[in-house]
Amino acid sequence: MPRPAGTLPTQFAELAPDAWTLPFWHAAREHRLVAPKCTSCGTFRFPPGPFCHECQHQQVDLVELPGTGTVFTYTVARHAVVPELAGVVPYVIAAIEVDGAPGVRMIANVVECDPDAVSIGSRVSVLWDDASDEVTIPRFRLAS
Amino acid sequence: MKDKTAIVGVGSTPYYKRGESLPQTPIEMACKAILAACDDAGLSVKDVDGFAYYSGGFDTALIAQILGIPEVRFTATTTGGGGGAAGSVGLAAAAVVSGHAEVVVSLMTLQQTPNARLGAAFASKSPGAYSRPATSEADFAVPSGLFAPGQMFAMLAQRHMHLYGTRREAFAEVAISTRENAIKRPTSRFTESLTLDQYFAARMVSDPLCLYDYTQENDGACAVITISAERARDLRKPPAYIVSGGHGGAGRWGQAISWMNMPEEYFASSGHRPIARDVYARAGVTPDDIDVALLYDHFTPMVIMQLEDYGFAPIGEGGPFVEGGNIRLGGKIPVNTHGGNLSEAYIIGMTHVREAVEQLRGEAVNQVKDCEFALVTGGPASIPVSALILRRG
Repeated sequence: MPRPAGTLPTQFAELAPDAWTLPFWHAAREHRLVAPKCTSCGTFRFPPGPFCHECQHQQVDLVELPGTGTVFTYTVARHAVVPELAGVVPYVIAAIEVDGAPGVRMIANVVECDPDAVSIGSRVSVLWDDASDEVTIPRFRLAS
Repeated sequence: MKDKTAIVGVGSTPYYKRGESLPQTPIEMACKAILAACDDAGLSVKDVDGFAYYSGGFDTALIAQILGIPEVRFTATTTGGGGGAAGSVGLAAAAVVSGHAEVVVSLMTLQQTPNARLGAAFASKSPGAYSRPATSEADFAVPSGLFAPGQMFAMLAQRHMHLYGTRREAFAEVAISTRENAIKRPTSRFTESLTLDQYFAARMVSDPLCLYDYTQENDGACAVITISAERARDLRKPPAYIVSGGHGGAGRWGQAISWMNMPEEYFASSGHRPIARDVYARAGVTPDDIDVALLYDHFTPMVIMQLEDYGFAPIGEGGPFVEGGNIRLGGKIPVNTHGGNLSEAYIIGMTHVREAVEQLRGEAVNQVKDCEFALVTGGPASIPVSALILRRG
């Protein structure tokens, strides 16, 4: 699969996962959007981490999400903060409230659209970016 | 801790455009600022025995051996970044009150060479002072190109506009009023008037923030000296008493702008509400008692959110409050009378402490009449954010 238009160079998709985040990235590799849910009290935590912030329990179920969501807030990055991004700007960075995981916002690009078409409240759906042989990053696009 | 300590000396190097302080070293500039602050106080550098920093701190060992400090009895740093600017002085006060040290320096020294620019904080893996190691948490931001503080705060500003109808005209008023204050100060980097037309003609950097919503990037150093109130009375300048201080924040504010999962209730805020509550309560004063507010201004919308969080305007009404001219000199609450990070110089907030002291001494360039209480803040940032309330001696 070719990468979605306007995505960042592969070098920015080099990851440093730990034992708690690795399952998220393994699922992403399989094009499944997941979020960890506390097995004790049912609270979602994000990014994935070692403790529930409500009950301090450790174990989680990885819940598969529908892959849709709503833009909670966003910015349009128009300035290349490093030279490698000169060909990428402008791009949209959003905090997306993902459906099926109350309280979880994922930071992601909204791609394949005019940046000015994005607003708070926009409905979006996931689009998988196989950025390298090892790493897949979830991007989003405006829901049709 | 109320009124038990005071700031008795302030000192700075000149403020430079980023990269232009070479061939001085950052430590050389730190030492110059410390010596200037000692001179301002009427103390010898041999009296210094403590160091209280923020934003990573500095090498006390090197400073002490260079300056010939007889003994170091306290050296500590708040965690986090620029959020601890005012908090470093609170830390100094805590060191004095607890008896660990008697003459404590807080300082910032900054040199933004091309490999050490704060604006690209999360983008660089090159070995610069501000490059960040890859972490499992950053994996949820960096692949989306969320690197720069400006992009992050833009997302809070966008949410504030959505919730409350805050307008870019309000951001412009923060930039313009701050510039008006800077124009009169000889220390300022930016001394040309800024008009509303110029503001709206400027390029967008990260929506909704344009060029003039951003702090500048500078080099320079600024130091302040904290000692006991008792000893402060006999020194060269009138003391600026430390009435209260605080640093920290709500736990789920957390890493704030780099994780974006803060509770919705205070997402579009400066993260300062718990600190505001604490510093007012410890001081026994209210927002009405504050005569000048030195609010950390890396990005214009965050000044507006701090005005709300510190009770100068109701939550959500900071925009109209600012547009009404209330933060200008002579307004309800003059803000950043020195020209702030935005227009005087960005020494990561330590210039705000300096200005508070000058206001309380009655020696400020843009003097607020009968200035008795000054509020100084550090951050908005991840935990900690911080504040001080100072009183005229």
